[in-house]
Amino acid sequence: MLKLNHISKTFNRGTVNEKVAITDLTLHLKKGDFATIIGSNGAGKSTLFNAICGDFLTDTGSVVLDNEDVTFKPQHQRARSIGRLYQDPMRGSAPGMTILENLALAAGSGGWFSHIRKADKERFREQLRLLDIGLEERMSQPVGLLSGGQRQALTLLMATMNPPKLLLLDEHTAALDPATADKVLELTKKIVEENHLTCLMITHNMHSALELGNRVLMMDSGRIVLDIEGEERDGLTVEDLLARFSSGAGKELDNDRILLS
Amino acid sequence: MTLGSVLLLGQTALKLGLICSLTVLALFLSYSMLNVCDLSTDGCFTLGAAVGAAVAISGHPFLSIIAAMAAGVCSGFVTALLQTKLGVESLLAGIIVNTGLYSINIAVMGGSSLLNMNKTETVFTMMKSVLSGTPLSGQFDLVVAGIAVVLVIAVLVLFLKTRLGLAIRATGNNADMVRSSSINPVFTTIVGLCVSNSFTALSGCLLAQSQKSVDINIGTGMVTIALASLLIGGTVMGRGGILIRAVGMVVGAFIFRLVYTVALRLNMPAFMLKLVSSIIVVIAISGPYLKKQWPQLKRRLSHRKGGDAAC
Repeated sequence: MLKLNHISKTFNRGTVNEKVAITDLTLHLKKGDFATIIGSNGAGKSTLFNAICGDFLTDTGSVVLDNEDVTFKPQHQRARSIGRLYQDPMRGSAPGMTILENLALAAGSGGWFSHIRKADKERFREQLRLLDIGLEERMSQPVGLLSGGQRQALTLLMATMNPPKLLLLDEHTAALDPATADKVLELTKKIVEENHLTCLMITHNMHSALELGNRVLMMDSGRIVLDIEGEERDGLTVEDLLARFSSGAGKELDNDRILLS
Repeated sequence: MTLGSVLLLGQTALKLGLICSLTVLALFLSYSMLNVCDLSTDGCFTLGAAVGAAVAISGHPFLSIIAAMAAGVCSGFVTALLQTKLGVESLLAGIIVNTGLYSINIAVMGGSSLLNMNKTETVFTMMKSVLSGTPLSGQFDLVVAGIAVVLVIAVLVLFLKTRLGLAIRATGNNADMVRSSSINPVFTTIVGLCVSNSFTALSGCLLAQSQKSVDINIGTGMVTIALASLLIGGTVMGRGGILIRAVGMVVGAFIFRLVYTVALRLNMPAFMLKLVSSIIVVIAISGPYLKKQWPQLKRRLSHRKGGDAAC
């Protein structure tokens, strides 16, 4: 589904601020793979997502999505096949517009001059009802009035209402309180399973890194230092994972936000 | 003051308010929706006036309206291109285009800084002859301005409800979200500024034709006047749907003109208009800010007087 072939990226090349963000990284994801990504601060996790989404052009290598080379495609064209959630719940929706208008834009059906039809509205209402947080009664309210958790759930719906080929989750529950985070994570699991989405999820929660999905990747200094899947992953504990990381990266995992439990 | 002179005052304010409200609606699109403060407004307003006058003088009253709006589209396109594709800061892009337009406007007016349309057939004179003999014959200019405003509001409100319109509103709100909806925010910014500048140019074209002359300074300070009207309109009718807010823009423009016309009656010299509009903008923007800061300021002041314990 997703093939990253030897991509690398250096920012501010040739200046004192030169920063090697990704080094010769190769990753192949099969259709239906759900991989969690953990890694130290500045390991290049988010930069990896930016490279996949096309926020910048990689210095070398290619990005192939579902057998289509998208290396040189701009962000908004790749967005057709990629859904993305950020850590900041405010980033995924337009606060000054209503829930209905946000959903209509995300649904993206119809031509440039099409209006929102009654049938669309009913369809959105049904989809909101599945979130089970009462948003279906508030469709004409501006999104800015929602809480962080509600906005993240809405963004999740917006990103997956046309099932994308690839879903990227960048610590999307990290800014939410624990109870809300659990709820959004449950929703994520449900939506990913129902639509058989291929998914990459960055997390700093070691427990969910092992519990969710079928594959775990560990990153350090712009490389994937550990890639565990299948039987090898079953029965792995957090302690095992940390030990494997330090032998793979040659140092202790260093992340100030990491949650071990 | 007699009832007749009051009515006349109201009518003048209404006419100018209606014509200038087209510029306010343009800023409603660029400033309130797209979140771009388009400083090319002054130049674009004059461009519309100059192009409209030049075409009308050559004998095409209807074509003059279309030509002025097309000129506005071009101006908006350049402003948008500078800020989306060429890395020019949004405010600076407007200022640059505004400066450049000064030369273009004089060129359009054939090298002079003044064009006279005393004997030119315009949409206003045409409406005057159509309405002659009817009870509305004295209000022909109000009728023309009113039709223009109703048409522009209808087009704008319908446009903002389309998918493209929603995308333009989202661009000013959260460009990331527009990109993830597979829409290019560069495209929506360009379209938004083209449409808004066509309204600005239409506004300039109608003002010039109603007063039967253009001079190169007709648009000077227009962005501040329109911004003042926009902020007044937002205060009066800022809540509700797009239609209500758009009508609020027209109401704002009318209130602004009314205040100004009354001030003129009270012997305020005409050159004070721009200062008044600047002050209104400052009050409208700083007022809410200072109101928010006031409780903190109050505590600081009372502390300085020794009335409040610091710890």
